[in-house]
Amino acid sequence: MAAIIETRQLTHTYSQGTPFEHTALDRVDFAAEAGEYLAIIGRTGSGKSTLIQHLNGLLKPTSGQVLFDGTDIWESKERTRQVRCQVGLVFQYPEYQLFEETVYQDIAFGPKNMGLDEAEVDRRVKQSARFVGLEPGVLEKSPFDLSGGQKRRVAIAGVIAMEPQVLVLDEPTAGLDPSGSARILDNIRTYHQEKNACIILVSHSMEEVAREAERLVVIHQGTIPFSGAPSEVFAHGDELEAMGLGVPAMTRVFARLRAMGVDVPASVYTIPQAREAVLTALHRGPRKAGTGAWQPPSGKKGVE
Amino acid sequence: MSQPILKTEHLTFRYTTEEGVAPTVLDGLTLSIKPGEFVAVLGHNGSGKSTLAKHFNAILLPSGGKVYVDGMDTADEDRLLDIRRRVGMVFQNPDNQIVASVVEEDVAFGPENLGVPSAEIRERVDAALAAVGMSEYARHAPHLLSGGQKQRVAIAGVLAMRPRCIVLDEPTAMLDPVGRREVLDTVRRLNREQGITVVLITHHMDEAAQADRLIVMHDGHIMADDSPAQVFQNVDGLRTLGLEVPEPVALLYELRQAGVDVPLTALTVDGCAEVLRELLE
Repeated sequence: MAAIIETRQLTHTYSQGTPFEHTALDRVDFAAEAGEYLAIIGRTGSGKSTLIQHLNGLLKPTSGQVLFDGTDIWESKERTRQVRCQVGLVFQYPEYQLFEETVYQDIAFGPKNMGLDEAEVDRRVKQSARFVGLEPGVLEKSPFDLSGGQKRRVAIAGVIAMEPQVLVLDEPTAGLDPSGSARILDNIRTYHQEKNACIILVSHSMEEVAREAERLVVIHQGTIPFSGAPSEVFAHGDELEAMGLGVPAMTRVFARLRAMGVDVPASVYTIPQAREAVLTALHRGPRKAGTGAWQPPSGKKGVE
Repeated sequence: MSQPILKTEHLTFRYTTEEGVAPTVLDGLTLSIKPGEFVAVLGHNGSGKSTLAKHFNAILLPSGGKVYVDGMDTADEDRLLDIRRRVGMVFQNPDNQIVASVVEEDVAFGPENLGVPSAEIRERVDAALAAVGMSEYARHAPHLLSGGQKQRVAIAGVLAMRPRCIVLDEPTAMLDPVGRREVLDTVRRLNREQGITVVLITHHMDEAAQADRLIVMHDGHIMADDSPAQVFQNVDGLRTLGLEVPEPVALLYELRQAGVDVPLTALTVDGCAEVLRELLE
């Protein structure tokens, strides 16, 4: 399948030619396919914010290319403008960017800027409000009278209203309580499924990305050391730890069990998987490592 | 027994709005925290936990009831400076709390404002930076530090005021996993080694699990106040309040639902692995 958004040898250097020169991205090849749900993980300062700001043309590459649907987004002014509507970017703490008098106007801002007629703007405002679970009554309120979680959903609705084919979200659940987080992640999943949109989720929570994403992309010091399905990426536990990222709690529990010589699978990263693995092991009856098909990880001996 | 460092008696709080009537944020809270305790406060957004935190150093004053800091009534304006010296606050966003362009000057800001003599300021700043493991960054520019380092500088700024209690309002919400660990380790060490009382407001269940005592708030009321191991056993109750339990407890709970006899008391990865090892061997 062809990538909907792609970077080729993308390099970005801040403050070039000054003593503060800093290369945030170093020849990065990144690709996301249409309809894919992927997550980007990396430490603060790893270059992930720089990368996502290139995806809708907020930053211009120092060298290399950004392609949307196969053509360079900087090909012409018109092209850049188009891409900005097709790649929606939800920043961290987007609720601080609300500014209109009513929730309705705030959500309508993007689609209006796209030059859509009033009926279409109206349809989109109502549809995106529904996507993020805002009651119709909320639309006439001032965004500043809403709770933190509601404000954030208004901000996300404002981006969704442009109906982007790629929706990029920078830590959309930071600072929210568990039910607020679950709701936002639900909203994102709904948008992904109903519109077959590509989702790029940036998150610091390994548990969250393990649950939500089909594929993970790791960014470290301006490069992508590895990417793949959660099971593949979380198999690099020690390297992730060294990069300051770590693995989900369940993966750590199972690594611990294996280190103690209990015969359980290594590729466990969510609670449902952990539950299945334990129930399977129970059903099979007690067995120590080294007696079955299980192979100890290289360099470590199974405990007898 | 020493007197509580923080105490609320029937604390009620309402914000005043243009219309005059506002919903009650805190509804008759009575609570007492002893010197040296490490208390975590959990609650959904809007449960009143940040409002409670802001009462602990008189940023907010009660609409009804009383708040005492080390025996001093926070409504007593004459004691305001003493109260703020006793209880330091650390907030979510490190960038909003740093005022100077050099780390050590930022840490010195608090004691300078208290009128501490300059020789002693030097001593306090050095001690505070050492306590949070940031001595080598004393001459650095704060904006070039990582989020976790900035929060540790913010904590050092509070420490330089020599408080007996630190209240942290979601200090790790904006940090990556390493930053979170740095801040939590620092807070735990200050509590253990220097006996500083810690009140940690958080949305992270695994952070709450590290406290000695866990208070759960909901709609301005205290719904639970016990050890984390006790509080997290009530999985259904917490979920009804829009909260969660640490992942290890969530797994053990799932196993119990499937008819496996495991305790729900293992809050940590190691504890959970130990329970599963006993089960599977």
